[in-house]
Amino acid sequence: MHPVVKLVSQRLALGLLLLLAASALIFLGTLMLPGDVAQSILGQSATPEALANLREELGLNRPALVRYFDWLFGALQGDLGTALTNGQDIAESIGKRLGNTLFLAFWAAVISVPLAIFLGLLAVRYRDRWPDKLISAVTLASISIPEFLIGYLLIYFVAVQMGWFSSVAMINDSMSLLDKLNAIALPVAVLTLVVLAHMMRMTRAAILNVMQSAYIETAELKGLSTFHVIARHAFPNAIAPIVNVVMLNLAYLVVGVVVIEVVFVYPGMGQYLVDHVAKRDVPVVQACGLIFAAVYILLNMIADIVAILSNPRLRHPK
Amino acid sequence: MKDQLDYMTQSVTSGKMTRREFMGKTAALGISAAVAGSLFTRAVEAAGPVKGGTLKLASIGGGSTDSLDPALAASQVPYHNLNQFGETLVNVTENGTIENRLAESVEASADAKTWTFKIRKGVEFHNGKELTAEDVMRTMERHSNEDSKSGALGIMRGIEGMKVDGDNFIVELGTANADLPYLMADYHLMIQPDGGFDNPAAGVGTGAYMLVADEPGVRHAYKKNPNYWDDTRGHVDEVEIVVINDATARMAALQSGQVQIANRVEPKVAGLLDRAPNLTVHSTAGPGHYVFIMHCDTAPFDNNELRLALKYAINRQEMVDKVLRGYGSVGNDMPINAAYPLFDESIPQREYDPAKAAEHYKKSGHDGSPIILRVSDVAFPGAIDAAQLFQQSANAAGIPLELKREPGDGYWSEVWNAQPFCASYWGGRPVQDQMYSTAYLSTADWNDTRFKREDFDALLLQARGELDEAKRKALYSQMGMLVRDNGGLICPMFNDFIDATSNKVQGWVADPTGDVMSGKWSHKCWLA
Repeated sequence: MHPVVKLVSQRLALGLLLLLAASALIFLGTLMLPGDVAQSILGQSATPEALANLREELGLNRPALVRYFDWLFGALQGDLGTALTNGQDIAESIGKRLGNTLFLAFWAAVISVPLAIFLGLLAVRYRDRWPDKLISAVTLASISIPEFLIGYLLIYFVAVQMGWFSSVAMINDSMSLLDKLNAIALPVAVLTLVVLAHMMRMTRAAILNVMQSAYIETAELKGLSTFHVIARHAFPNAIAPIVNVVMLNLAYLVVGVVVIEVVFVYPGMGQYLVDHVAKRDVPVVQACGLIFAAVYILLNMIADIVAILSNPRLRHPK
Repeated sequence: MKDQLDYMTQSVTSGKMTRREFMGKTAALGISAAVAGSLFTRAVEAAGPVKGGTLKLASIGGGSTDSLDPALAASQVPYHNLNQFGETLVNVTENGTIENRLAESVEASADAKTWTFKIRKGVEFHNGKELTAEDVMRTMERHSNEDSKSGALGIMRGIEGMKVDGDNFIVELGTANADLPYLMADYHLMIQPDGGFDNPAAGVGTGAYMLVADEPGVRHAYKKNPNYWDDTRGHVDEVEIVVINDATARMAALQSGQVQIANRVEPKVAGLLDRAPNLTVHSTAGPGHYVFIMHCDTAPFDNNELRLALKYAINRQEMVDKVLRGYGSVGNDMPINAAYPLFDESIPQREYDPAKAAEHYKKSGHDGSPIILRVSDVAFPGAIDAAQLFQQSANAAGIPLELKREPGDGYWSEVWNAQPFCASYWGGRPVQDQMYSTAYLSTADWNDTRFKREDFDALLLQARGELDEAKRKALYSQMGMLVRDNGGLICPMFNDFIDATSNKVQGWVADPTGDVMSGKWSHKCWLA
C-alpha cells in the first residue's frame, strides 16, 4: 500500500474514534451544567406542574445513558433528531447555518490566505527595512485589538457614519450573490485582520529559516533575483509549517467566530451553538460539537498530508 | 400661546406626544379638557395613518431555540412574534383599561364568579377557518389542562369550569375575581384554531400579520393579513422582527437605517441617541422593577429587624441616578407603583437612613458575620453596579454586606428562588391582584421572598372579589404596607422601557404594559 494511502486511512479511523470520544465528552459536559432544558425554556414562569409536564414530553426523565445511546444510534443512521426547544429538524436547521458559516469562512479565507502569504514574502524580501516593519506593525496591531472592537469601529465609521456597507450582515436565500457579498463585507474585513498576522508571521519566519541554507546562497550566487529565490527556492521548503498555520486559522474561521457573528448579527453556527448551550438543548449541542470536531480533525489531516507530499524525504521513506 | 399649541399639535401628528401628555400640557396653557380632546383628535386625523411599507424591529431576547408556540414564550422576540399573528380575547390598553378584541363584549355575574365573553363574528384565522367560541375554549384548555406546559398555567389556576354557549365562552371561577379580563389578556393566551392542539407552533392566529419566514434566532417576517377584521389597525404591508441581542449592534442597525425600531436602549446611550437628528428615544414608565430579595423564612433574613435594617441601608435615589441614569423612578419596597390602577399615592416613601439602619441592625442581634448577597449581570442590567452601591451604603451603616458574583448561565435555576438573598427583576403585571398573586401569596409558585402571612392572603382574596373600587384601593394600600414593612423585598427602583425609533415611525403610543408598545407597534404604527 502506498504510504500516503495508509496514512490517510489510519488518520480517518483515528478521527472517527476521536469523534466518538468528543460526543461522549460533550454529553457529559452538558449534564454537568446546572438546570435542564425544561427549566431554561420556561424560565421565570416555570411552575412545578408545567416543568414536570414538559420534562415528560421531552423524555428527560429517562436515564442519561439511555438518552445518550438513543442519540448515538440515531446519529449513526444519519438521524440527528429534532431540537428539544422548538421541535425543528436539527439536520435541516444546522444545514442552513453551516452553509452560512462556510460562506463567510470561504470568503474570509480567499482574501486572507493569499494576502498573508504575499505579505510574508514581501516582508522577507525587505527584511528589517521599512516595508517589513510596517507590515509587521500593522498586522500585529490588528491581531492585538479584540475582534469585537475592530467590528464596532468598522460599524461606527463605515456603516453608520459613511453608510457604505450594512452594519447587519444578515443574509438569506432570497438575496443575490452580490447582495450577500455586500452584506458580509465588514465581517470578512474583520476576520481578515484577525487571522492575517498569525499566517503572515509564520510565512516570514519559516522562509527566513530556510534562507539560512547553503542552497539559497548558491541560488543567490547564480544571480537570481531576490524575489525569485524566495518564491521558487525557499517557499516550497517552507510549505509544511505555513500550511499548518493556515489550516489552524481556517479551523478558527469555521468554529471560532461567534463574537463576530454576534457583533454583525450573522446567522452562523457559533450563535446557533451558544443559543442551544444556554437552553441545554443537548441533541443540538451534540450535533454542532461533532461538526466542529470533524472540521478540526479534517483540516489537521489535510495539513499533515500536504506536509508529507511537499517533502520528498517523507514522500519516499526508506 | 398659538405657537405653543401649533408645536404641540405637530408633536401629536408626528407621534412624539401621546394623548395623555397632550392633555396635560394643554391644560397648563389653560385650555379645557373638552377643547384639548377635540384638538388632539383633529391633529391625529389630519395626518392619518399612511398605508404601506416595511416596518422592522430590532429586538433583544431571541435565540435559535425560540418556538412560535404561545405556551412557551418567555422572552421579547417570542413575545413580539405572538403579537404579530395572534390576538387575545381582550387587551390591556396603555391607560390600564380593558379593550375588547376577539371578545365583542365581556360581562360578569354580580358575584364576579361567572364571566361571559361574547366572541366576535366574522373573524377568520390565517388558514381560512372561521373563529368560533369552541376555538377559544380549546385554547384555554391547552393552557390549563393536566398536560399543560404553558407559562400561563399559574394564572389559569382559579378557573373551575369553562363552557361554550352559542357565540359565548363562559368561565366559572372558584372564588370571585374582578380582574379576570386582565388574566385573559395574558400574551400566552393567543387564540389558535382548535386551541393549537394539532400544531401549536404553526404561527397561525387571527392577527393583522401572517407568517412568511420563521428563522429562529435570525428573523421573523410577516405580511399583511388581507382579511383582518379591524380596519383601524395594521397599516404597513410587511413586518420583520430582526433578532439582535447585542446592544451596540442593535443601535447601529437603527442608526444606519436597517431597522426603524429598536428596543431596550441602554440608559447610558439613550441621551446620546436622542440627540441624533433622525431618531427619537421613547422612555415609558412601567411596572417593571429591579429588586434584591430575601427569603423571610431563612436565617438571618427571618428576622424582620434585619430586613428593615437592610431596607434603610439602600440609597434608592443614587441607584436611579447612577444605574438607570434617570430613566426610572425610586421604589418603595413594594412591587406596586403609579403604573398600576388603584395605587395609593399617600404611602410614605422610604429613604436611605444609615442611623435607622444601624439601629435596626443592632436590634436584630445579628452576630456581625458577613451577609452574602448573590448577584450576576443577568439579574438586571447594571445589577453588579447596583449591588456595589448597596454594599457601600450598607457598610456606611455598619452592616457587613458582602457580594458574591454568580455565573449568569444557570442563574434563574440555581440562584433565583433558591438562594436566600440575591438580585433579580420583575416585569410587573397589568393589575395589582395579579402581581401579588404571582409572588406574594403564601401558596404562589414564584413567592421568591417566601413571604407567608395569613392576614395578607385574606386581604388579597377579599380585594379580588371586591367590586367597589374605593374599598379595593384601601385594601391594596394595606397590602402594600404589609409587604413594605414586613416583606423580604428590597425594591430600589422601577425601570422605564426605553425604545428608540426612526422619525419615520408615526403613531407611537407610550404603553407601559409590555415591551415596545406591549407588542402592538406593528398594529398601530405607520411609516410616514
